Amino acid sequence: MTQTTYTDGTLVRVEGLKKHFPVGGGLFKRAKSHIYAVDDVSFAIQKGKSLGLVGKSGCGKTTTGKMLVRLYDPTAGHIFLNDVEVGQVDLAEVKGAQLKTFRRRVQMIFQDPYESLNPRRTVFDTVVEPLAVQGIGDLIDREERVAGLLDMVGLTPANTFMFRFPHELSGGQRQRVAIARALIIDPTFIVADEPTSMLDVSIRIGVMQLMQELADRFAVSYLYITHDLAVARYMCQDIAVMYLGKLVEMAETEELLAHPLHPYTQALISAVPIPDPRLQRETLEIKGGIAQPIDPPLHCRFYDRCPFADNFCRDNDHPLLEDKGDGHKVACYKV
Amino acid sequence: MNVIAATTSVRVIEPLWRVRLRLAWRSFQTGWDIFRENPIGLIGLGMIAFFGLMAIAHPLLIATVWPPNVYDPLMGYDKEIIVHPSPPTWIPNAATEIQSLRPLSRFRHILGTDPLGRDVLSQLMSSTQSEFALGMMAALVTVVVGTTLGAVTAYYGGVIDMIFMRISDLVIMLPFIPLMIVLGSMFDFQMLHLALVYGILVGFGGNTLVIKSQALTLKVKAYTEAARVAGGSNLHIIFTHLVPNLLPLAFLSMMITVTNAIFIEAVLSFFGLINIRMSWGIMIQITQAAGYLLTSWKYWYLMFPAGLSISLLCSAFYLVGRAMDAVVNPRLRKR
Amino acid sequence: MSLLLSVHDLTMHYATRKGEVSAVDNVSFDLAKGQSLGLVGESGCGKTSIVFALMRLLPENGMIKNGYIMLDGKDIVAMDYAALLKVRWRKIAMVFQAAMNALNPVYTVGQQIIEALELHLSNISPAQARERIAILFELVGLDPALMDRYPHEFSGGMRQRAVIAMALSCSPDIIIADEPTTALDVIVQDRILKRIRELQRELNMAMIYISHDIAVIAEVSDRIGVMYAGRMAEMAESADIFDRPMHPYTYALMGAFPSIKGKRRDLKTLPGEPPDLLDPPSGCRFHPRCPYATDVCREKQPDFTPVNGASRSDLTHGHYVACWHPMQGVTL
Repeated sequence: MTQTTYTDGTLVRVEGLKKHFPVGGGLFKRAKSHIYAVDDVSFAIQKGKSLGLVGKSGCGKTTTGKMLVRLYDPTAGHIFLNDVEVGQVDLAEVKGAQLKTFRRRVQMIFQDPYESLNPRRTVFDTVVEPLAVQGIGDLIDREERVAGLLDMVGLTPANTFMFRFPHELSGGQRQRVAIARALIIDPTFIVADEPTSMLDVSIRIGVMQLMQELADRFAVSYLYITHDLAVARYMCQDIAVMYLGKLVEMAETEELLAHPLHPYTQALISAVPIPDPRLQRETLEIKGGIAQPIDPPLHCRFYDRCPFADNFCRDNDHPLLEDKGDGHKVACYKV
Repeated sequence: MNVIAATTSVRVIEPLWRVRLRLAWRSFQTGWDIFRENPIGLIGLGMIAFFGLMAIAHPLLIATVWPPNVYDPLMGYDKEIIVHPSPPTWIPNAATEIQSLRPLSRFRHILGTDPLGRDVLSQLMSSTQSEFALGMMAALVTVVVGTTLGAVTAYYGGVIDMIFMRISDLVIMLPFIPLMIVLGSMFDFQMLHLALVYGILVGFGGNTLVIKSQALTLKVKAYTEAARVAGGSNLHIIFTHLVPNLLPLAFLSMMITVTNAIFIEAVLSFFGLINIRMSWGIMIQITQAAGYLLTSWKYWYLMFPAGLSISLLCSAFYLVGRAMDAVVNPRLRKR
Repeated sequence: MSLLLSVHDLTMHYATRKGEVSAVDNVSFDLAKGQSLGLVGESGCGKTSIVFALMRLLPENGMIKNGYIMLDGKDIVAMDYAALLKVRWRKIAMVFQAAMNALNPVYTVGQQIIEALELHLSNISPAQARERIAILFELVGLDPALMDRYPHEFSGGMRQRAVIAMALSCSPDIIIADEPTTALDVIVQDRILKRIRELQRELNMAMIYISHDIAVIAEVSDRIGVMYAGRMAEMAESADIFDRPMHPYTYALMGAFPSIKGKRRDLKTLPGEPPDLLDPPSGCRFHPRCPYATDVCREKQPDFTPVNGASRSDLTHGHYVACWHPMQGVTL
């Protein structure tokens, strides 16, 4: 693909990203089938804005996020990062020392606050790890930075929290530590994988507000992965919907929620319970479907469940993502 | 505004090493409280303390109350007594049982003398030190080998895993005592060599599988992934995140290793395969070589104290290991 | 509507190595036949402990300190094991949290339901049991042929339905559902919620539905009870809880849920954290986080008081709140 320099405020551009996992097979045997966890996904994240990646579990959103931080190596595709110093870099291609350097630009916040902190390491050890691993600053600098960051994420006074162990913290506090750890090396971009889904409701808002505040303050963009449309609406300016490894719709948040075009998005929106007993909602009924995209058929992935599908949808390849105006993109033949 | 500029306004006061010391002491105290709850552990610890006292007492006694020419465990010889081995001097009818030149004090030989005229109690006490050393050394080697092997094979998987697991299978399959007998006849074994060989063989053996399976669960934990996202090298992840979380598990097997090492030494000494001067096993071996082993209860003092010491010290470590279970595995603690 | 279940001043503690945790403190509610009560609150608020107490399924270190649970004129708290067997599953059945993991992987789903049937309904033949299971499966929307399959052959949503079928198997009067849809994706959740509500109405069963998600509770419950730190803060008809929340915590909870409908509004954080129940706050347990707390709130625990003429003895209707300064300027 062409490598153009993006001067339009794009921070990250993902093109044709794929991740296929072999099923069966091993050291001496080739796998016969594959899980097409992420299949040809493309999107862009603007500077100063956040993109919500929405879909049910197993749709490939977490895998996509992990590829952006190179926890998985993409099977194919590009992840173009617009870096202030070096210009454009393809994160999918970098290796070795260069990869280590670019890890400073992209960080991740994990879903489970109880698993993302090493139980034997103190808060200080956890937050300082990126600095230590990247060899930034000496001990005094590092202590100061950790203390400063703990203050910023609301764990004040920093001195009392610095040397606590994870089991002495609540879920919300642990997630704040995870946020501090992600921010300490000054990334431009953070992948947040359902960071609030395991937290209590009254804590959730605090953490989400903190993330927004920090995003504004430090000019960080998020790829916010979630299954909860309401949370995505609150946190993100744009939303992309994934289904079985494919992107089916992408638009600005309010536009997507007001005028969903893809049948899956419509079904999703209609299925969200409303916190108001007087309002009724009409669910768009779709048939039950398969869980994992193993060796998917060559037609539209949503064909089996779609209430509007017809023979055309069955006889042709999976539709491409097309712009229907104003940046609202859909992958559907029926729109 | 980047993170670096925003954080250099907070001062941290206490030096890091002192904090770590304080934290280590606190976690030790917690561990001790839990350990204390189980009477088994305290009994085991008490027995170990008893043997420890024995080991310390020996050089003190030699220096003060026991003349070395009589009481040295290797070279001593009691000229006062005509026939060796002789029974303990405090039994009733000592005068008739023991043929001596002069009447002897009741405390002269609390456990009698061996066929070569040396004081049995002295032998018992002096051996304690080397038994401890053997056990500790073997345990240490096992922990180091087992943990490293488990962590590395789990982390890298693939070919490395396969090779080491097959070696491990081989080691498990080999019958241990015949192997040691063969090795003992080929090489000149000292205590230290035995500790090393035993430690390595056990390190490769069955326990590694347990450690490896634990390491496999740790490998996919979010904090390991976070370390990789921060840019941590493979070595860093293995030794900072995997190994410390594996050590408690390895520690448990350590206790069992001490038990077995002491026992194996006794067996090998019995077969005369170890080139060491004095140990509890040697004591039994001498008894057997002089033909007193399978005779009646008359010569109980020749082998019973040594045998009992072996059993007691082994059980002591085993009991401590069992009590450590609750400390190491939080789920086994009482609510 | 006739009164089915009456819980009065239920108090429950857990004994831990660090001391006693006051998990449930003087909670009262009533349930009428066919009525659906939703218990909403954060983790640690006591909602799951209450239902475990209802089924007498408390762990070893759980102790009921006070209160009674009247079902059909008998106190569940005082029952012996034989009497409990008659109550469990036949009068009250439960769908546990993450129930999809509550199925034993080495038996077929049908075998597990038969086990429940044989235990609680004496004199049921295997053929009758299978027939009953077929009916139940159809009721929850599963193909009866799946009865002879193993749990791993079911998807998450299907397993949840199977567990619901198991709970319904002895035609209980009351069904307790403890966060049955947390691990499911939103479309499957929607289907199951609809089905549960339909079943509850068709079979005229009373239901206690537990969740931390107020949107889900709003959709399935006739009445809502808001719990905080082991106490019931407020209880009223669903519409009243949303229209006229009186307890500051209820009010804060409403403002803490983002919604995809309506205007995108700014959400308000509730500062602080739920209290540690080993050493709960004095007086009203919400006072450390309450913006309207005064001295009396710190000193004395507010009673669970009826509002606007609600009955003191029958808690199946009416609005109740435990607060010294309820919002909306209502006098008690």
